[in-house]
Amino acid sequence: MTTLRSGRTGRPARLNWRIRLRRDRSLILMTLPAVVLLLAFNYAPLFGLVTAFQEYDPLAGVWNSPWAGLYQFERLMSDPLFWGAVRNTLYLSFVQLILFFPVPIALALLLNSVLSQRVRNFIQSVVYLPHFFSWVLAITIFQQMLGGAGAVNHFLRNNDIGTWDVMTNPDTFALLVTSQVIWKEAGWGIIVFLAALAAINTDLYEAAAADGAGRWRRLWHITLPGLRAVIVLMLVLRLGNALTVGFEQFLIQRNAVGHDTAEVLDTFSFYYGIATNDYSYGAAAGLFKSVISLLLIWGANKLAHAFGEDGLYRK
Amino acid sequence: MTLAIERTSTGVDSKTSVPQAVRRKRRTERPSWEEPPTLAGEAAKGVTLGGVLLVMLVPLWIILVTSLSTQAAINRAGGLVIWPDGLTFEAYRVMLSDSTVRSALIVSFGITAVGTLLSMAVSVTCAYGLSRRGSLGHRFLLTLMIITMFVNGGLIPTFLVVTGLGGYGQWWSLILPSAVSVFNILILRQFYSTTSVDLIEAARIDGAGDWRILWSIVLPTSRAVTAVMALFYGVGYWNSFFNVMLYMPTDSEKWPLQYVLLTYVNRGNGMPGSVNSGFGDQFSQTAPLALQMAVVVLTLVPLLIVYPFVQKHFRTGVLTGAIKG
Repeated sequence: MTTLRSGRTGRPARLNWRIRLRRDRSLILMTLPAVVLLLAFNYAPLFGLVTAFQEYDPLAGVWNSPWAGLYQFERLMSDPLFWGAVRNTLYLSFVQLILFFPVPIALALLLNSVLSQRVRNFIQSVVYLPHFFSWVLAITIFQQMLGGAGAVNHFLRNNDIGTWDVMTNPDTFALLVTSQVIWKEAGWGIIVFLAALAAINTDLYEAAAADGAGRWRRLWHITLPGLRAVIVLMLVLRLGNALTVGFEQFLIQRNAVGHDTAEVLDTFSFYYGIATNDYSYGAAAGLFKSVISLLLIWGANKLAHAFGEDGLYRK
Repeated sequence: MTLAIERTSTGVDSKTSVPQAVRRKRRTERPSWEEPPTLAGEAAKGVTLGGVLLVMLVPLWIILVTSLSTQAAINRAGGLVIWPDGLTFEAYRVMLSDSTVRSALIVSFGITAVGTLLSMAVSVTCAYGLSRRGSLGHRFLLTLMIITMFVNGGLIPTFLVVTGLGGYGQWWSLILPSAVSVFNILILRQFYSTTSVDLIEAARIDGAGDWRILWSIVLPTSRAVTAVMALFYGVGYWNSFFNVMLYMPTDSEKWPLQYVLLTYVNRGNGMPGSVNSGFGDQFSQTAPLALQMAVVVLTLVPLLIVYPFVQKHFRTGVLTGAIKG
């Protein structure tokens, strides 16, 4: 009797399922706790999305709340606050794409050109660090440095230049949050690019140099093509997450700059769903966002495939 | 369909996963064919990288120095202190004698410790359970997990489920809903399915069961990735404050440190739980700014202690999958 072995540690796959169950029961048992947690806190909320089509009443629960059809969505469509949140989200997403996205790439290229391993390691360990800070901490640091009573304004006042309060100014809010994201995440973002850079065959550079290609030509013709796949992947992710610009960051700063500028889709769900007990309305806003996000991910992947890259998943 | 994360090697602890000969040696000196560096180019590079470092480190320095400064030094500086000028641990003494901060410290450490242990136990077993090719149902289970990365119920349905299960005001509502990160499981699984293949095969022939293999072979040979994942989970628990806002917003005795930082430093409120004993009275007597900065430092210290030990595992090529998700 021949059995099919898949891979080196593979187990014979073409066996009666009873035999396989007895053989693999401890493996299945191992996955159970995680599966139970996912069913409870990821899948159950998926069914909880029916509240978006109800007039949810906390006392009656999901099962007994009256149905409302598409009423919540009609409310959303005619709610200027909701469209304000959509507009803010898209605008912030766009600003982050333009200003944030290139920073890790540039930083990785710069760091990659540093020869000393010790210096590289030191810089890496410093720039990765803020990624592990909480948003509360990061924003507190920004407040202390740039806020009305912060270090920079203190310096400006002492030199009679006037004050410059960016923390509460709605006009510069997009720049403020983007600089916060850059400060906190750009350093961590270089990891993928450093890995891609390390995978480029160094012989290519030598051959190109022997053929007379200068520094910039090598960057353009060898380095950037080597990074292409990763850049496309990160772009796909960024586009797919266009409606997610960060939640806690806005939650914390919403009151300081006002909801006209700082309301994004996620905070909208929270404030008009949970904070006001209008659960169905918030759930509808969340569902709207999820559906559009799925379409965006799908579209961004199509785009990546059209450019001959893998994107997030392969066809 | 293959996910990006399954294609990229995680590269943690590359010693075990890549044969020595394949690893390309990092160049540490300038190859002969490369042009000599220009002075302007080197200067620009140095200034940029130096600037990046300063932007990261100077705020931390200022906060540390201010937290250690006397009120007189803060008054002289008119706010944050940049150069040490009269140092004292007074702010830390006051902070640690405050009941709200003390309980927050215990809560934060408790949640982080229990949560990280639980998350790691669940993730490691699940990742191993899914890592053996051809095992019954692993494709199905894997798909079940990956789906949650793309679709989720969102904030409000999750809130309704947790409160529906009686989680309001309960400790478990701060841990269980975020205990499993599918993304971390995929990284671990990717690692387990490529490492120590021969050892595992040999052990199986010798009659070792899967629990035994996981405990005696897989875990000891993947310490690096285990450490990194524990850091990810631990930092997640340590940093979380939003679930507190959702599930126990009024009970200040159950607040973790981040929430104390948010209410007290970021929003500038007095400490609700300690109007009579702690900050309420001391506010005018000791350095309030120093006290605030001491709370900031307190939230940072545990991370700064653990970070160097784990950071060395983020070598180049490490965790390329970690960002994707």
